[in-house]
Amino acid sequence: MVACFYFGRRRALVVSNGDIRKLNSLPVYYGYYTALWCGIPAFIIFAFWQFSESAIITNLVIAGLPEDVTSLSKQQLNLVINEIRNIVNGNIVAGTARPEIAAAADRYRELQTISNIALFVVMMAFGLTGAAYALSRVDQQHRARNKVENTILVFLIACSTIAIFTTLGIVLSVLFEAIRFFQSVPITDFLFGLQWSPQTAIRPGQVGASGAFGAVPLFVGTMLVSVIAMVVAVPIGLMSAIYLSEYASSRLRALSKPMLEILAGIPTVVYGFFAALTVAPFFRGWGESLGLDISSESALAAGVVMGIMIIPFVSSLSDDVIYAVPQSLRDGAYSLGATQSETIRKIVIPAALPGIVAGILLAVSRAIGETMIVVMAAGLAANLTINPLESVTTVTVQIVTLLVGDQEFDSPKTLAAFALGLMLFVVTLILNVIALYVVKKYREQYE
Amino acid sequence: MADIVEIEQQDNQIERRKKERRKQTRIHLQTAIVTRDNRQTIGEITVADPRIRCTDIDVFYGDKHAVRNVTLDIGRQEIIAMIGPSGCGKSTFLRCFNRMNDTIENCHVTGKIMMDGQDINDKSIDVVPLRAKVGMVFQKPNPFPKSVYENVAFGPRIHGLAKDKVELDEIVVTSLKRAGLWEEVKDRLDQPGTSLSGGQQQRLCIARAIAVNPEVILMDEPCSALDPIATTKIEELMDKLCADYSIVIVTHNMQQAARVSHRTAYFHLGDLIEVGTTEQIFTKPGHQLTEDYITGRFG
Amino acid sequence: MNKLASSRPKTIDLINASLPKRHLSEKLFRSIGLISIMMGLMFLFMLFYGIVSKGYTAFQQTFIQLEMNFDEQLLDPEGTRHRDALSTVDYSGLVKASLGKMFPDVTDRNEKRLLYSLVSTGATYQLRKMVMDKPALIGQAQQVWVPADDEVDMLIKGHVMRDVPETERRLRDVQISWLDQLEAKEKLVLKFNTAFFTNGDSREPELAGIWGALMGSIYTLIVTLILSFPMGVATAIYLEEFAPKNKWTDLIEVNINNLAAVPSIIFGLLGLAVFINFMSFPRSAPLVGGLVLAFMTLPTIIIASRGALKSVPPSIREAALGVGASAMQTVYFHVLPLAIPGILTGTIIGMARALGETAPLLMIGMVAFIVNIPSNIFDPATVLPVQIFLWADSPERAFVERTSAAIMVLLGFLFIMNALAIILRKKFERRW
Repeated sequence: MVACFYFGRRRALVVSNGDIRKLNSLPVYYGYYTALWCGIPAFIIFAFWQFSESAIITNLVIAGLPEDVTSLSKQQLNLVINEIRNIVNGNIVAGTARPEIAAAADRYRELQTISNIALFVVMMAFGLTGAAYALSRVDQQHRARNKVENTILVFLIACSTIAIFTTLGIVLSVLFEAIRFFQSVPITDFLFGLQWSPQTAIRPGQVGASGAFGAVPLFVGTMLVSVIAMVVAVPIGLMSAIYLSEYASSRLRALSKPMLEILAGIPTVVYGFFAALTVAPFFRGWGESLGLDISSESALAAGVVMGIMIIPFVSSLSDDVIYAVPQSLRDGAYSLGATQSETIRKIVIPAALPGIVAGILLAVSRAIGETMIVVMAAGLAANLTINPLESVTTVTVQIVTLLVGDQEFDSPKTLAAFALGLMLFVVTLILNVIALYVVKKYREQYE
Repeated sequence: MADIVEIEQQDNQIERRKKERRKQTRIHLQTAIVTRDNRQTIGEITVADPRIRCTDIDVFYGDKHAVRNVTLDIGRQEIIAMIGPSGCGKSTFLRCFNRMNDTIENCHVTGKIMMDGQDINDKSIDVVPLRAKVGMVFQKPNPFPKSVYENVAFGPRIHGLAKDKVELDEIVVTSLKRAGLWEEVKDRLDQPGTSLSGGQQQRLCIARAIAVNPEVILMDEPCSALDPIATTKIEELMDKLCADYSIVIVTHNMQQAARVSHRTAYFHLGDLIEVGTTEQIFTKPGHQLTEDYITGRFG
Repeated sequence: MNKLASSRPKTIDLINASLPKRHLSEKLFRSIGLISIMMGLMFLFMLFYGIVSKGYTAFQQTFIQLEMNFDEQLLDPEGTRHRDALSTVDYSGLVKASLGKMFPDVTDRNEKRLLYSLVSTGATYQLRKMVMDKPALIGQAQQVWVPADDEVDMLIKGHVMRDVPETERRLRDVQISWLDQLEAKEKLVLKFNTAFFTNGDSREPELAGIWGALMGSIYTLIVTLILSFPMGVATAIYLEEFAPKNKWTDLIEVNINNLAAVPSIIFGLLGLAVFINFMSFPRSAPLVGGLVLAFMTLPTIIIASRGALKSVPPSIREAALGVGASAMQTVYFHVLPLAIPGILTGTIIGMARALGETAPLLMIGMVAFIVNIPSNIFDPATVLPVQIFLWADSPERAFVERTSAAIMVLLGFLFIMNALAIILRKKFERRW
């Protein structure tokens, strides 16, 4: 491609007879034009090749396997193919395999080499053809710049649709698996059932293998932890924002605002460690001294630490909206003799309320989706309780426990995680959309 | 060798002389500033039995000297207009009367502002009752994002002026009536104040200020954001209100000053140039700058 | 009017009467605000104090000095010095022999077992490496520092108290007395813990290090950066400079804003369903982790880049268009260079967030126990935050300090990245 760029540019210089002013576009654009004509066809071939290569080779290898192997059931055949691939990739020492498998592996490797060579040849052919075509098109009137720019624009547009495809990907992948889950477990059982014990029986009659998928305990647990987090984060975050934006001297503001924001930059796994190793034992010891029995994995510890994490989130969003309240409203209140706190409580906060509420909604959405803190500090027991001193489990914790480790994609246990993910996505989506809408309206009001 | 030493000495002398000259210019400049500071304001700066008496007011924004050494009396039951080109310090001066400059960081006011035997510029003075006594109306109407009723009731509520709902209703109605807004809004007291027209909003702000029963009303270009009809209404209102209140109005509009005020003060670059009865200022200005301004040579 | 005039003294009296209460509530409100900030800062301090106080000891490790006799009879009875032979010899025998020589009065089988457990199993690997690197050692004697077992390490660092009853601690009294003897002979000291920085994960705390996780993080971030930076900037350029205002671009915008607030674990589900299940990419590979994190950081980069592009005044564009540059040339040569500091700042912050992210990586299997150091983006790997999560779950007391130390390293990286972003912003910030 670099060579194509060079040739395209040279060709342009040649057709211009040394006077580049006669050209429609700058010489470099002819270079880019040729390079694109060379690179894009080659790239398309490459992508297509990579996509189909493995399937074609696998089929060829299977065809070459002895009769007794090819007559195996589909699942067993898959196992054999995996074994071959493992040998090819060097994950298994070749000497330990059966001779026919080893032979197949050799054949696989051979085919791969052929394929690579073929790929190279075809790519070069297409690339050079493209480049030759492009070179033939280069003349004084050729509008190379517009063509290059249009290609770039197409690339830009393609990139901008990624956000939509991501959302689509999330919705489809989660929805698809969730529907499979609801085929085996009725959706009403999932949404309203009070019992959550996702172990399915491996052999019939196993103890405790009822496989109940009632998600209410998870929803209640999630709510409980989120509420505790909000009880910590909203007052502290809001009051900090008020103090920083209305009272604090510029020095204190310059010092403490970034310090508070450090809290937002700390990874959640660190909070989880803090919750499990510092806060939970602290609450436990404190509860013991008061004669309370606090579980070592309590909703309280997880919630409080999550609240600490969310403080800067609430405070910086509130700070934004409080800042957006026009000074003239404050002046109006001051000029009537209102004290500063009266002005804040009766004028500024009511005026900023939509924005603050939206900020809190976003914070709630974060609390619901927060994973690491609850995984490390809240526990796994699906207790249906609103007692913050007990151990609860949340939607995110269950997603993690169901999916970490080996899993097959058929069991309701694994699919349940996707159903939970669907719930999580829908709820946070609703919260986010409402909050973003309110914030947008609020901004427009004062702009 | 000796030559070099001599040249060096000469150089040193030249340097020293240059430095001295620089120092002299600086001293010279300073004296120039001092003379400007000492310049007398032309006209009657004092009145008998003043409502507010300001002496030697200076206002600084950081290093910027925004108001220089202004001395002025505000009489009872009078409307005094402050006019002058943009940035001349008239609004800043106005904001000294209810200490609104406190809300601006690094703004610093010196001098004495006597009202009811107290220096209201003293840091120990509580601004809450002061601001209740000295109401203010701003350039842009700034009704609170609440109902019309709540806008007017805000002041009485925070100050605890009404014993009960009946008294509060009475204060709201009276204030709206005195602001000449009652007939227009009596059917929509529970609608947001921001839904009113610009002129109505400004009168609502006046009603809001009246509701806490002030003695002085400060108006900072109250009509600059309004159309002529709304402006006329506000001017008529000021005429009525001056029977009970002292009104200090800052305005860009010379016709307005001529129409409504009893006395006029002309500010220029932070200096109070001239004070006099409105008639005198607009017919026989005593200072060249005043004359230039009112005849429209600059502004 | 008269009524009002007559009520005038009353008004000021009423106001004055209300003052003390109002000033009190003002003070109260103010102090609540101040207390809130103090609480926030206190939490921050507690967090850092907790981690540093727990973790700083992990940068040191207890070593025991052993008098090693590289006995030819034991190591290479045939004298061939063949590498294969040397690598399969039982080096733990050397350690045992050396310890036995130091404490000749220990004869009981149980006591011997206790004695041998003082030294880390890593000592044997260390000795093997020494011999393999330098076969000339065979037949000689040498003083060698070997890492002590994690329980010993904890005792020396004071994390395990000597005064708890013997039944409640892992080390027996007799073991402690041996340790005291070693300490008295200056054969037991704390040294800088290089293994922590150069080793991969291990089940033995004294051998576990963060290098593997760090390399995993680096590979993952490289994939993330390569994918998300060009795509994010391209999207931002399109939306800010070229896109018409219509339903479609509105939809894109809503999507981006929403994706920025989607819980990270959802991205993990996406990665699991699409990349691993559907496209059969290798599990636990930095490639998939990087892909998932790229989707997650994309909105951050887009939003920051759009902000940076927006802050370039339109006059620059008009000037360039005015001299006949095409829209693309204007953006490429004039707008983008001015916006690039802002874009880079946003990218670094996005990368910092990706570096600290854990939950989506658990979904795609980067949570496995991996000893080997990954050498490319297809190798199974784990990342720093996941390593922290794994260690935090380990029951050994010694892993607590290692977890804290790993957190300190992670926070150090985040601090550097954020400082870089701040410096970039400060240095190139321009007011128009």
